[in-house]
Amino acid sequence: MSDTTEKKHLFDNPRNVDRLLRGFYVICILLVIVDFFVHRHIYMAWENLPAFFALYGFVACVLLVLLAKLLRKVVMRKEDYYDE
Amino acid sequence: MSELPPFLPFFLAALLVPVTPALIRNILLLATPMVAILHIVLNIHTGTHATWSILDFELVYLRADKLSLLFAYLFCLASFLSTIYALHVRDRTQQIAGLIYAGSALGAVFAGDFLTLFIFWELLAISSVFFIWARGTERAVKAGMRYLIFQVLSGVLLLAGALIHYRTSGSLIFDHMGLQGLAGWLIFIAFGIKSAFPFLHGWLTDGYPEATPTGTVFLSAFTTKVAVYALARGFAGEEILVYIGVTMACFPIFYAVIENDLRKVLSYSLINQVGFMVTGIGIGTALSLNGAVAHAFSDVIFKGLLFMSMGAVLFRVGHVNGSDLGGLYKTMPKTTALCIIGAMSISAFPLFSGFVSKSMVMAAMLQENYDYLWLFMLFASAGVFHHAGIKIPYFAFFAHDSGLRPQEPPVNMLIAMGLAAAACLMIGSQPQYLYALLPWEVDYWPYDLTHVLTQLQLLFFSALAFVWLNKQGLYPPELHSVNLDAEWIYRRLMPAGVHRGLLALRQAKSALSATAKASMETIRHSFSQSAMAKNHLSESWPTGSMVFWISITLAAYLLVDITLYSEPLE
Repeated sequence: MSDTTEKKHLFDNPRNVDRLLRGFYVICILLVIVDFFVHRHIYMAWENLPAFFALYGFVACVLLVLLAKLLRKVVMRKEDYYDE
Repeated sequence: MSELPPFLPFFLAALLVPVTPALIRNILLLATPMVAILHIVLNIHTGTHATWSILDFELVYLRADKLSLLFAYLFCLASFLSTIYALHVRDRTQQIAGLIYAGSALGAVFAGDFLTLFIFWELLAISSVFFIWARGTERAVKAGMRYLIFQVLSGVLLLAGALIHYRTSGSLIFDHMGLQGLAGWLIFIAFGIKSAFPFLHGWLTDGYPEATPTGTVFLSAFTTKVAVYALARGFAGEEILVYIGVTMACFPIFYAVIENDLRKVLSYSLINQVGFMVTGIGIGTALSLNGAVAHAFSDVIFKGLLFMSMGAVLFRVGHVNGSDLGGLYKTMPKTTALCIIGAMSISAFPLFSGFVSKSMVMAAMLQENYDYLWLFMLFASAGVFHHAGIKIPYFAFFAHDSGLRPQEPPVNMLIAMGLAAAACLMIGSQPQYLYALLPWEVDYWPYDLTHVLTQLQLLFFSALAFVWLNKQGLYPPELHSVNLDAEWIYRRLMPAGVHRGLLALRQAKSALSATAKASMETIRHSFSQSAMAKNHLSESWPTGSMVFWISITLAAYLLVDITLYSEPLE
């Protein structure tokens, strides 16, 4: 039972990862392009911005992660903090 | 027949568990939720009402309307799925706890008065803690104790509020009450503890990750959802709930991003999802209330599925630390696929269950002009996908290869996950069946071009942010750590405060006695210097001799008294 005999799995091949990501980027681009051709219902002013939801989703998540990293500086302690 | 309470099969089965052999016990465990749901579907309808007189009180143990029926179906389904998931467990304590826990949840949603509600409220607390204690570690025992204290506190507040309510209104009937008077607030906080309001949520994120692999699946289904039901019945339309709900949806996602224990990540995301329900209840329109309870329905199933998949990892690997997992898809492909279905459901992808329920709350927010808060909720929606939708499956099953090669979990676990995943897809793609069960009359359909497109944009670009941050090396790595949260207040601040307080008191006491002693010395000293000190009686006497002489004096008085005033006997 050595590593050499182990079966190659789907994402062991970096090309498969690339394929997956490329497909993902294409979908992202398509979703933005569609936004210019489809008439969305507008419920509030901000939604008039082209691809508002795409922008918002991206910015929100980047912000979320960066703020969470800051939060770590405040709240993170060693794993045995409460056991001491 | 319609008078029989739906919790009865569960409690009877709990009595039988100790005396039945393994095989029959498994059949009993599986049959119980089926018997209960059959009874509910056949015999209990909107308007079914049954009471039980005890002393001067008339307890309403069965009050059925569309709201309680919806939750009853949900709890039977959740109990059935969790039981299948836990079928390999031989621990009778957990089996009994599971039956009483599910039965109490049913009892609570059919309770028509506060006393009955209180009884089941406490039974939920007491039965559920055994899932944490059953883990057997010292950490779990302590966490279970803290969990129990919060749960019992919630019950005590509920009882206090109910009794004040009875004194002022003369009624114990549990119906819409609103935030009026002390009673209203006490009951509100009691419900708030159980639904994990901010700062009252410590028991959840502290306790759930410590439970057994199967226990957390049970825990995630009932307690908070009973609280959501109670809020929907008692406090619909209270605006403060909108703000509480938005806070609940937003703050946990930050913790979820940096948390390493993946079951704790799910606990945070549970609070986040309950936030959507609480907001819906606060808005109080037919659409938002339907959204809240529909989301509770979807959430129990997809959150259960996610906890099941992490339970499977915990069962096979022995831990669920994101930092030490990865690459498990190689040997656990089925668990991986089922986990991804749960992740897509909680992220509200079109065709998955979260989409058809969460969107009602979001639409209602826009209808009622909560524009800015709606943006916060949109942020929370993107965040859910980020931490629960991507982080959970990615760090457990993909990411870097941890070298772990665990096999798939036992077949009963896979079946339970498969059924839960099927339910997620069923609700997501055929929402009309769930919508038909919703308590309020409303005409809503989630699938239109705008909605599907905007949701896909939001989700795909959230994922893009994840990919980009990872490629840039900006994504925070999973680390072995503890993140301070509300429980810090009672695990550290309060004990430290009490410790300091005691120390300060002790110091104050010794300082005080030293001062008193010193001043006594001074007085004695100056007295001994005075002329009076020369007399025999002003010398210092031992206490014993003083007591002796006082007794002699008193005895003398007594003797004089008796001889002078006693009546001569005739």
